[in-house]
Amino acid sequence: MFRILKAEQLAEKIFLMDVEAPRVAKACEPGEFVIVRMDEKGERIPLTICDFDREKGTVTIVFQIVGASTQKMAGLQAGDAFEDFVGPLGQPSEFVKEDIEEVKKRKYLFVAGGVGTAPVYPQVKWMKEHGIDVDVIVGSKTKDLLLLEDKMREQAGNLYITTDDGSYERKGMVTEVIKDLVVNQGKKYDVCVAIGPMIMMKFVCLLTKDLGLPTIVSMNPIMVDGTGMCGACRLSVGGEVKFACVDGPEFDGHLVNFDEAMKRQQIYKTEEGRAMLKALEGDTHHGGCGNCE
Amino acid sequence: MDVMKKVPVREQDPKVRATNFEEVCLGYNKEEAMAEASRCLKCKNAKCMGGCPVSINIPGFIKEVEAGNFEEAAKVIAESSALPAVCGRVCPQESQCEGVCIRGIKGEPISIGKLERFVADWSRENGFVPAAPEKTNGKKVAVIGSGPAGLTCAGDLAKMGYEVTIFEALHEPGGVLIYGIPEFRLPKSTVVKTEVENVKKLGVKIETDVIIGKSVTIDELLEEEGFEAIFIGSGAGLPKFMGIPGENANGVFSANEYLTRNNLMKAFRDDYDTPIVAGKKVAVVGGGNVAMDAARTALRLGAEVHVVYRRSEAELPARVEEVHHAKEEGIIFNLLTNPVEILTDENGWVNGMVVRKMELGEPDASGRRRPVEIEGSDYTIEVDTVIMSLGTSPNPLISSTTKGLDINKRKCIVAETENGKTTKEGVFAGGDAVTGAATVILAMEAGRAGARGIHEYLSQK
Repeated sequence: MFRILKAEQLAEKIFLMDVEAPRVAKACEPGEFVIVRMDEKGERIPLTICDFDREKGTVTIVFQIVGASTQKMAGLQAGDAFEDFVGPLGQPSEFVKEDIEEVKKRKYLFVAGGVGTAPVYPQVKWMKEHGIDVDVIVGSKTKDLLLLEDKMREQAGNLYITTDDGSYERKGMVTEVIKDLVVNQGKKYDVCVAIGPMIMMKFVCLLTKDLGLPTIVSMNPIMVDGTGMCGACRLSVGGEVKFACVDGPEFDGHLVNFDEAMKRQQIYKTEEGRAMLKALEGDTHHGGCGNCE
Repeated sequence: MDVMKKVPVREQDPKVRATNFEEVCLGYNKEEAMAEASRCLKCKNAKCMGGCPVSINIPGFIKEVEAGNFEEAAKVIAESSALPAVCGRVCPQESQCEGVCIRGIKGEPISIGKLERFVADWSRENGFVPAAPEKTNGKKVAVIGSGPAGLTCAGDLAKMGYEVTIFEALHEPGGVLIYGIPEFRLPKSTVVKTEVENVKKLGVKIETDVIIGKSVTIDELLEEEGFEAIFIGSGAGLPKFMGIPGENANGVFSANEYLTRNNLMKAFRDDYDTPIVAGKKVAVVGGGNVAMDAARTALRLGAEVHVVYRRSEAELPARVEEVHHAKEEGIIFNLLTNPVEILTDENGWVNGMVVRKMELGEPDASGRRRPVEIEGSDYTIEVDTVIMSLGTSPNPLISSTTKGLDINKRKCIVAETENGKTTKEGVFAGGDAVTGAATVILAMEAGRAGARGIHEYLSQK
């Protein structure tokens, strides 16, 4: 069992938890993820690591309610526990493994969308710890859904916040901010790291390809085991089949087949919809979703 | 009673069992087991023992079964095997112990597997557990993986007095016994759990949710956590795909994914959260035991199921009994057929598969006749789900994160057969991680050899 030390609601449907998992906390690096399972009947859910404290042996996760399992997970409190919490999984971000002097020569732009702000945070923090100032763009639907603003401000060189509806700071999509920085303000970047919903990463990549800006994305396909034994998370990258759980989750965004990846995310849509209704409405949902017998 | 024939074993009716996940084979009762045991000639120079990879004293335990001394029979088996309830069910006995039984020359061999299973089931139902060692020798050994190789190695080492910890990546121990082989062949909550519990009762600790190579490395276990030797039994769990167009379409699964969802995550049960796409018309590509398991699982989830295999029936690598069961249940075999492309609808879902007819050519190096494509024979079959069951290879996670551990060109760990010794001091390996995908009993044999090798190594140290 893996005890939850802190459970906090960050925004509507978005939750943060500090979980006691000493082995994961000792070994993990930015870019990696964990798989959690709530209880015996639960499914295995992949979540990117948002922060970690090696001394306390804790790992921070942030998740959004998107279906039945995350809905149930949101009900957990400090003092409760996960049945399973396994990791770290995947490859660390490339810069973690590179010669630090090489990394220092590059100018990084981080682009976070929605709950994708959580996995961007440890990377930006890593940069700051190594004395590297980076520019960070955070995009959110509205002000109320904005995550980790203060923490991000502490670690980022420049922080640009944009909201789809203009309820806070800039108005518009993250792509417009990238265009503004690069085209209007003439900023030069060597690497862009974009993490968020697949549709956002796709559009960032379409833009950065035009701008000639190499872009890393963190893919979030359906996973089961997370250790490379099933291929549920497979993607096409540069025409080759890759397993996001062991080869990724970070890939060269200009080589990822996003359309295929987005279709694959929909495989269980009907089942997920049913499970969600069941979680919310109990046995009264039958007949409501239109898919039940 | 005809002594030339096996006492028949009771099975669920094919029509009934095709709709449930209950065990197909119901096993012998006491009377049936004792009657079958009486057919054994109790050979002095028993050929059957030579056919068993772990050399169980077969005439010895059968003699006890015949006399109704089931606990004695269990003790005889326990001398050689830690997983009799599993092996009695899933070993390919026809090519092992039963394949060389003298009775089999003129009639049917003794039903050794079913008798072993009877004894193990009797032990479980009557609370017989193997004796734990009296004291430990204080030496710590780590076992990586809790499949048949790891469980056997850990059990043997514990009996010798070692303090053993098994590290398992998944949330439940058992390896392929838990995620791969379906409930209807190997019940999980009774058979597998009990055998794992029996290994724990010998003093073995099991730490789940630890991925060696990620959560902690082999080198850290040796240098920081005080383990004096390590046995790697991490299996061959990496699925192969064909590389044909359309393989990433929605509705194409590896057999590993399909079976893991269903067996480990219990997707077939409404009260579990993991979903599965059952499919209406399913093609399973491949002809091994895993293909049969996937096909029979899809059938039980309500699909019409086709096994698509590029050679003929004689070359099917699956056990004869499993092919027979599959046919009885209504699985359709499309033989001498090979997929060339998977077709999809506008939403990216599978709606067909282009296949090519094959014929058998000359035997290849392995002695099997090679399938040759018949040009211009392509046609399309209508399917909504494709399950790829083309075999698996070892996961490179451990070998790539361990200094000095050599692998061969098939990514298998290089280890000596008789003692499991690898190229790295203090590290031993066995089972599918060394041989590539093979059988449960061969993994157990390798686990036993590894325990022997570790004991020799630590005794000299």
